Amino acid sequence: MWDYSDKVKEHFFSPRNSGAMDDANAVGDVGSINCGDALRLMLKVDPETETIQDARFQTFGCGSAIASSSALTEIIKGMTLDDALKVSNQDIADYLDGLPPEKMHCSVMGREALQAAVANYRGVEWKDDHEEGALICKCFAIDAVLIEETVRANNLSSVEDVIHYTKAGGGCSSCHEGIEEILVKVLAERGETFNPHAVAVSKEDKPGKLNNLQRIKRIEMILDSIRPQLQRDHGDIELVDVDGKTIYVNMIGACAGCQMEAQTLQGIQTRLIEDLGEFVKVVPSRTGSYARAASHV
Amino acid sequence: MDGIYLDNNATTRVDDAVVAAMLPFFTEQFGNPSSMHSFGNKVGLALKKARMQVQELLGAEHDSEIIFTSCGTESDSTAILSALKASPEKKEIITTTIEHPAVLALCTHLEKEGYKTHFLKVDEKGRLNLDEYQKLLTDKVAVVSIMWANNETGTLFPVEQMAEMAHAKGIPFHTDAVQAVGKVPIDLKNSKIDMLSLSGHKLHAPKGVGVLYLRRGVRFRPLLRGGHQERGRRAGTENTAAIVGLGLACEQAMRHMHFENTEVKRLRDKLEAGILAKVPRAFATGDVSNRLPNTSNIAFEFIEGEAILLLLNKFGIAASSGSACTSGSLEPSHVMRAMGIPYTAAHGTIRFSLSRYSTEAEVDRVIQVVPEIVAQLRKLSPYWGENGPAEEPEKAFAPVYA
Repeated sequence: MWDYSDKVKEHFFSPRNSGAMDDANAVGDVGSINCGDALRLMLKVDPETETIQDARFQTFGCGSAIASSSALTEIIKGMTLDDALKVSNQDIADYLDGLPPEKMHCSVMGREALQAAVANYRGVEWKDDHEEGALICKCFAIDAVLIEETVRANNLSSVEDVIHYTKAGGGCSSCHEGIEEILVKVLAERGETFNPHAVAVSKEDKPGKLNNLQRIKRIEMILDSIRPQLQRDHGDIELVDVDGKTIYVNMIGACAGCQMEAQTLQGIQTRLIEDLGEFVKVVPSRTGSYARAASHV
Repeated sequence: MDGIYLDNNATTRVDDAVVAAMLPFFTEQFGNPSSMHSFGNKVGLALKKARMQVQELLGAEHDSEIIFTSCGTESDSTAILSALKASPEKKEIITTTIEHPAVLALCTHLEKEGYKTHFLKVDEKGRLNLDEYQKLLTDKVAVVSIMWANNETGTLFPVEQMAEMAHAKGIPFHTDAVQAVGKVPIDLKNSKIDMLSLSGHKLHAPKGVGVLYLRRGVRFRPLLRGGHQERGRRAGTENTAAIVGLGLACEQAMRHMHFENTEVKRLRDKLEAGILAKVPRAFATGDVSNRLPNTSNIAFEFIEGEAILLLLNKFGIAASSGSACTSGSLEPSHVMRAMGIPYTAAHGTIRFSLSRYSTEAEVDRVIQVVPEIVAQLRKLSPYWGENGPAEEPEKAFAPVYA
């Protein structure tokens, strides 16, 4: 059974704004034949202000597809079309307190339906540029098509490269066999053989690569943005050291020794990985744990 | 736990008597059956009894043809890989498109290692074409592996006949009988089946124990080498408690065989007929005249299986689905696709699998609840109009597909 949030379940069991709308003036029909989900989004748009006065949906799909559709209609009602177009699939997932990685495509479908409906209203043709493949990396919800295209576009040749460029495989590493299979296939296309012992493409070649100082500053900036949340719970965090991929931090105040410390660190690590675009490991620094041990004496 | 459990092809409740029989083997009977002392000796005798109980259910000629393993998947892998190792010069395998992943994924993987696998196709009812099979039986084939009964639809395959055909060409024949054992009578000594896999937890024994039947004289290469357990054919200390449990479960399955094929079958038929009478645009999949007595697989058009399961679960009813979304894969069930069931129906297939614990009251309740759930979801579906499918549903709703 999927680990659905209460919000997802609630929107599935009592969907908002479901059913056909007779006087819709913007309709978007999208779907994914493979995963069997399809969605019709119907909007009533005020022609004067381009505000969405009403939104309804009909969905052929699983629990999270129906919940995502319901959430989408709730989010966009009252928005102008331009504002509605800024709603991302992550916004839909966040509204539902998250979706399992295998189910993120359900929120993507909601966003596509919105784009299609707006295009329909404005009388332009909407073309879907998003292709979906089998889910490879479950930690970061990355599918085969994205990995394949990234490998091709950047001439990647190792699993490490794929982790640097897409994050796929940077978590639990169980999907490395799947990534290797993609590499074997794409490398064969350009007449090369996959060598599992190949050295990763030098990171210096990557555009926008940060130097050490920039990277540390960037890490501090990210921690600063997380800090208010920790302070709300009477805790705090400080950066102690950065050693390659390992980021040492001190958990301070209520955060130190908190039962939720592991989860908090995990969350911070995920944020850092996403913002830095590379895999890093966040560990509490030694001095921090010594201090904690001392305080327990 | 209260609730209506109709997912017995996924796993079954361990019978109370089976649990009771197992318990002493965790405590006072903890010995290693290989040991010389009395602690081990009694356990050894209990394994011997369990082996004979399994032998009886399978109709095997010798008890030494029973090899205890950890699960059905291990038995499948052991059987197929053994046949390949025994005949390294033969590079072809015959199986079906609708096998369980335990066989399917292994064969797909073996293709990467240079083997050629012939996947036999099925027709719209899930039946094999034996002429096609006959043509593939050449001296290049190392092993044939065909399931006895399909886990999703319950459709039975003529494995005894297919084993004869393979035998005539000198090709070893394996069957994954995980769903069939305990539900249909099996008499291996009067067949040409060389290897058979079964799994304990499908017949009211615990999880973590399985059996590979290996006909005496069939060339064999072990998967796990090490100690002399199972006569050196499967090394590793025996899961004694689970094996004792499996033995008793087999004895009970033998005793309930008639009940399974009369009473359980009657309830299954009542459930299926009751649902189909009340729900429009629904049909049973598979070969309904030739299937397991406990299984009914119904496709509900224009709605999606996971959504049905979530609502069933709200009513305390447990079943399973061939929809893509329940597995996290992008494709709906390979079994439904192989039978040519369209996407709009394949995603809405629900499997109800009963057991000897299923009751009339439970079946009545499900017949009452299912039509409401289907109607509720169809109201949300863009393929469904006011009171029935939209006029030409495929045209009424033709989304842009990614």
